[in-house]
Amino acid sequence: MIFELLGVPPQALFGQLLLGLINGAFYALLSLGLAVIFGLMNVINFTHGAQYMMGAFASWMLLQYAGIPYWGALVLAPIIIGATGVIIERLMISRLYHLDHLYGLLLTFGLALIIEGLFRQQYGSSGLPYANPIPGGTNLGFMFLPWYRGWVVVFSLVVCLATWFMIEKTKLGSYLRAATERPDLVQAFGINVPRMITLTYGFGVALAALAGVLAAPIYSVNPIMGANLIIVVFAVVVIGGMGSIMGAIITGFALGIIEGLTKVFYPEASNTVIFVIMAIVLMIRPQGLFGTPK
Amino acid sequence: MSEPLLSVRDVHAWYGESHILHGMSFDVNPGEVVTLLGRNGAGKTTTMRAIMGMVGNRKGSIKHQGTELIKLKSNHIAREGIAYCPEERGIFASLNVWENLTLPPRVKKDGGLSIERIYELFPNLKERTSSQGTKLSGGEQQMLAIARILRTGARLLLLDEPTEGLAPVIVQQIGSTIRALREQGFTILLVEQNFRFAATVADRHYVVEHGQVIDMIPNASLEANREKLKTYLGV
Ligand SMILES: Nc1ncnc2c1ncn2[C@@H]1O[C@H](COP(=O)(O)OP(=O)(O)OP(=O)(O)O)[C@@H](O)[C@H]1O
Ligand SMILES: [Mg+2]
Repeated sequence: MIFELLGVPPQALFGQLLLGLINGAFYALLSLGLAVIFGLMNVINFTHGAQYMMGAFASWMLLQYAGIPYWGALVLAPIIIGATGVIIERLMISRLYHLDHLYGLLLTFGLALIIEGLFRQQYGSSGLPYANPIPGGTNLGFMFLPWYRGWVVVFSLVVCLATWFMIEKTKLGSYLRAATERPDLVQAFGINVPRMITLTYGFGVALAALAGVLAAPIYSVNPIMGANLIIVVFAVVVIGGMGSIMGAIITGFALGIIEGLTKVFYPEASNTVIFVIMAIVLMIRPQGLFGTPK
Repeated sequence: MSEPLLSVRDVHAWYGESHILHGMSFDVNPGEVVTLLGRNGAGKTTTMRAIMGMVGNRKGSIKHQGTELIKLKSNHIAREGIAYCPEERGIFASLNVWENLTLPPRVKKDGGLSIERIYELFPNLKERTSSQGTKLSGGEQQMLAIARILRTGARLLLLDEPTEGLAPVIVQQIGSTIRALREQGFTILLVEQNFRFAATVADRHYVVEHGQVIDMIPNASLEANREKLKTYLGV
């Protein structure tokens, strides 16, 4: 058997692969949102991690204060947090478009610190539990598959592919792609580009919040959950290349799996493998694996 | 004489600190083909962009069918029934030919050409619908850039140097397209450097210099004014 050759029990291997897939699902959802926002707005949305955390908190609050269960939160939390994104874009980010991109980055970074600070102030940083909405699982023979984790992987993949389809294959997507190239011309054809940008930001933020809702039952709900994750997600984005939709999805899942495998075969490197890959990619292909050179 | 379709009065425009249009004034009557002739940097493109609302800082008056456009955003100006074909063509690389062709939304219910009619005017495009927009030849891209604004129902077309850099046979084809569009009642404001070409399609010519109209020459008296025009254009 190959497992004996590798000296790794199959349970451990597949267990880590599943964990890798789960992480990959979060990387993919989050880097997809970043790619959508960056593509149209040229803003690197540093608030993304905080918005992911807000999604998790929104589902916790919906349950705690309104008795709305997970499945309701899955729909409502992205809408609510997406709406806060719309407000942030209208009130703040839109004032910076005529300035260098660096200002958008600084603004969104500052916002992330403020939001995380406020949540830590209110809820501490020890984390709040969120019950698993689909407990149990099934024994696949070579491993045990918890239902909820399977759901997260499948649902994330569906959301990612639906987003890809929307952008690459629909009329609305053709407006988005065209406005990414020449917003002034698209607007001169009669399309309200500023509104499209606002809604796109809201959509990217909603994707982050959706990832947060999915994460709540797996990790606890914690004000700093986004800050930890987003650093890795930015590395994923750098590896995949900013602005490529399919690139963000594939890179997200692939790096999750690579990270999981590293945990099996060389655990010491599992926390750094993504950053090592990032450094190598930056040296060999600075525009990222799926990016086009500027 | 009927009311002009487009009436530009004392328009000034700035890019940042640089003052580019210095009191542009001219009229375009319904059904006319009118050109803006002038040297490089005279302000022809800026005039078109000012009409379309694509220059941030502008003042004066631009009326289309009596509606004042000077304060409107460019998406609202397009909805008034004006369409713009930019000098650099603006074909989108991330869209295929079909997506490029159908990108501009309908701005008026009536008055747009059907896809079939557009393919009659530009048969090359029909063969290439799934090609990437920027994979077309320069001439085909120019045709695509014109074709996509014919569907929208806009009846005033702004064409910025559609013959620039194209082979003579393509220039002829664009010339006959412009005449065909005029037959169909489109009104066209055309920027040209090549006044020999302009003479084959237009009713009147405005000469632009330093962001102002300095002369107007009806096409019928172009020959008589040939020397004067050559001096204006420096050719
Ligand atoms: N985005 C811009 N920012 C600053 N100045 C500009 C900009 N675009 C054009 N200009 C300047 O405005 C002036 C008029 O330019 P415009 O493009 O309107 O000329 P044009 O008549 O269309 O010339 P051409 O025949 O070369 O197309 C030029 O001096 C040009 O350098
Ligand atoms: Mg020009």
